Amino acid sequence: MSIGAKNLSKGARELIAFRIGDQEFCVNIMIVREIRGWTKATPMPHSPHYMMGVINLRGAVLPIIDLSLRLGMKPAEPNPRHVIIVVQIGEKIVGLLVDAVSDILSITDDNIQPIPEVSAEFVRAFARGIIAVEGRMICLLELDALVQGNESEAA
Amino acid sequence: MDMNEIKEIFFQECEEQLAELESGLLKMNDGDRDPETVNAVFRAVHSIKGGAGAFGLDDLVAFAHVFETTLDCVRSNKLDPGPEVLKTMLKSADVLADLTAASRDGGTVDPSRTSVLVKELEALANGQVPAPTAEAPAPAPAPKAAAPAPKPAAAAATPKPTDESGFQPVPFSFDDFGGEEAEPAAIEIPLCDVIFKPRPELYSKGNEATLLLRDLSRIGEMSIYCDMDALPPLDQMDPEGAYFFWKIAIRTEKGEEGVRSVFEFAEWDCDLEVKVHEVSAEGSDEDELPMQPVPFDLSALDDTDEDHDHHEDHGDHHQEDIAAAIEAAKVATAVVSMAAAAPQAAPVQAAAVNKPAAPAPAAAGNAESSGSAGANPTIRVDLDRVDRLINLVGELVINQAMLSQSVIANETSGATTINTGLEELQQLTREIQDSVMAIRAQPVKPVFQRMSRIVREVADMVGKSVRLVTEGENTEVDKTVIDKLAEPLTHMIRNAVDHGLEMPEKREALGKNPEGTVKLSAKHRSGRIVIELSDDGAGINREKVRQKAIDNDLITSETNLSDEEIDNLIFHPGFSTADKITDVSGRGVGMDVVKRSIQALGGRINISSRPGQGSTFTMSLPLTLAVLDGMVVTVAGQTLVVPLTAIVETLQPEASAIHSFGASQRLISIRDSFCPLVDVGRILNFRSAQANPTDGVALLVESESGGQRALMVDAIQGQRQVVIKSLEANYTHVPGIAAATILGDGRVALILDVDAVVAASRGQALGGDGALAAAS
Repeated sequence: MSIGAKNLSKGARELIAFRIGDQEFCVNIMIVREIRGWTKATPMPHSPHYMMGVINLRGAVLPIIDLSLRLGMKPAEPNPRHVIIVVQIGEKIVGLLVDAVSDILSITDDNIQPIPEVSAEFVRAFARGIIAVEGRMICLLELDALVQGNESEAA
Repeated sequence: MDMNEIKEIFFQECEEQLAELESGLLKMNDGDRDPETVNAVFRAVHSIKGGAGAFGLDDLVAFAHVFETTLDCVRSNKLDPGPEVLKTMLKSADVLADLTAASRDGGTVDPSRTSVLVKELEALANGQVPAPTAEAPAPAPAPKAAAPAPKPAAAAATPKPTDESGFQPVPFSFDDFGGEEAEPAAIEIPLCDVIFKPRPELYSKGNEATLLLRDLSRIGEMSIYCDMDALPPLDQMDPEGAYFFWKIAIRTEKGEEGVRSVFEFAEWDCDLEVKVHEVSAEGSDEDELPMQPVPFDLSALDDTDEDHDHHEDHGDHHQEDIAAAIEAAKVATAVVSMAAAAPQAAPVQAAAVNKPAAPAPAAAGNAESSGSAGANPTIRVDLDRVDRLINLVGELVINQAMLSQSVIANETSGATTINTGLEELQQLTREIQDSVMAIRAQPVKPVFQRMSRIVREVADMVGKSVRLVTEGENTEVDKTVIDKLAEPLTHMIRNAVDHGLEMPEKREALGKNPEGTVKLSAKHRSGRIVIELSDDGAGINREKVRQKAIDNDLITSETNLSDEEIDNLIFHPGFSTADKITDVSGRGVGMDVVKRSIQALGGRINISSRPGQGSTFTMSLPLTLAVLDGMVVTVAGQTLVVPLTAIVETLQPEASAIHSFGASQRLISIRDSFCPLVDVGRILNFRSAQANPTDGVALLVESESGGQRALMVDAIQGQRQVVIKSLEANYTHVPGIAAATILGDGRVALILDVDAVVAASRGQALGGDGALAAAS
């Protein structure tokens, strides 16, 4: 668990929920820098398949990750309705391509249920819990492994 | 301004002066006998001495003084600056630099080094100077006499009687600083010409010229002259006006800074020109100084009523003063003692009122002073701030390009004002970008200059005679790169002199010039800076390197290595071929440290060596924040930027020029030579099959390693200057890609790493290729 999550574990925490396909996920709102519309990315040679390329974020070169592919689901077919959630992970800033932002949740640790044991790869790497909200199931993601994964794979 | 700040400025100036000194001496070493060069060298030492005197840095003053004395002999053609003389002088420059550094950082300099050089310098000076004495070099006392010397010229220029005896320089004690120096009288103190022109505001704010002048008199010995030419007839005079200005020649150890600080609170309300004269033994300076000396009695000034309410009635004062002055002028001689007349500057005015018919030398002196009002002022700025500015300007450029494109897209026919405005905006943004970039990019010159000292020192230590040739020192590269370049370069220079070059006798026996040459050059290439260090020594002794590597268990005796591989062994940690460990190098930490520091900068280092002819180290470093001239090309639907410097020529291949070579290779014949064809799209994995060469354009590129390749791209879009953006900041290094940039449409385009692509085409995999394939 990240330091940020630990600090917040005492009381309520705020999460941003977003949709990929028919599933919902959420991340800690503290790591989200901004949310912006989809712009076409410049593909990069010799990059992992989920790396969509880079875009210009006010002068900085921002890599865009197809989160759907990264989580082992089918590749996104980006259209102008897709959004990019810009998150800060450690020193680096990356953009996550998702279908739409759905909600901002304010929950306490009691609301987070443990993850049932399944064999999906993404569960081990990113999933940290499950939250039930009004009959919906939202999966809490921890993205630290996203950037570290990049480094070890590309190095 | 407190003392430490001033001191800090002094040391900064010292650095500049030392650089000036060294480059001047090196020029002289190359045979430059231009008096200006000699003067520049002399000035540099002199300024350091002057400043050091003001701060009581006795060691520095003493050494600079001896140095200056010898230089003066050169300047006055009493001493011919031959190679031996210059050698001593260069060494002295080094010691002077060390002394300066020691004064700043509180260290000490080996006194024996200093005293040896002092003796050498004195010997040089005495050898030629008539009637030399041991400790008092001839030129030293002369400048002192020069201080009151403005007389003759001024007297000739004015009809005034100005009896020479009327000149009484104000004595001033220098006990505060350097009082305990053995021979303070021999220390020349810089002469400043000050022109002080109060504006009416100065008086209306309650400032008083007299008080300022009195303050000025406290920092040095001065003579003062009041110019009254601007004084209108009484009936036209504005009582609130300011009509006089003063010309002051002051000999002060505080230099220009000290003079300016006197006027610190009045500088907005007056025109102040301060010019520091170099002190010369002859009266040449004074010829240009139409100064009419007026005795200036300090005690009289001190008597002036300080509490006088000046800003209420100063106008009246002026009128009274002038009336009195005119009265006085009728009867008095031109030179009136300050004490004789009651208030303020009246007597001084009187002296001038009397000579309206005199040719006004004021203008000449004025123009002369204003011409050299001071060096370029500089400020120190946090690098982060500059970077932020650079980023913002980069954004501005992109935004402006986007705006232009959307205006064109919307076809605002007839709206010429919009188009004109946009064009102006484009020009402005380009100018802003250029100026901002210029802030961060710095020439490599300072580092190169430091190297010449290293060469001298090492050559001296190992008893070789070495000449350093530098080239392209004005090549600009990012400040951080420059800062980190010094250390690896130092190592390499030491190695080149210590290991690379042979001893002079051996060189002679080999038919070489006994003086070895080390060449250091910098140039831009493929969006990188390439620094080359070559020597004309023996080259790498491959047998010895190989044997050493075997001894050190780096390789086994069976290992079969190419010449290139053997050469590269010297970059291996813990490798040194020096037979004996010397002071200079040979500790075995040299070249691998060099390689690591170059790599840490994102650079590469190569060595090429030819036995008997020397070795060349080639370092290629990124220019990080610099801009790049690039050719924008299309490859498999993607826009790429190819650094223009790498491109030799572009051509449209014809089918007949393409020849298959083996299974997958193709060669293109260009004027009867064959060059491998490289499909960029294929190398970067943008497409799976090779494109048809005749559909595209071939860019003939030359890589750093020298090989030529024809890079196939689909189309050329144009040439553009692009801002280099780091990919590593948020992502990671991408093989085959040097960096990214943002084009006019706001999209990111990748900058091709030509060298990596060429290397990949030779069969070396692009770094990380295999790992990536496994990950996907």
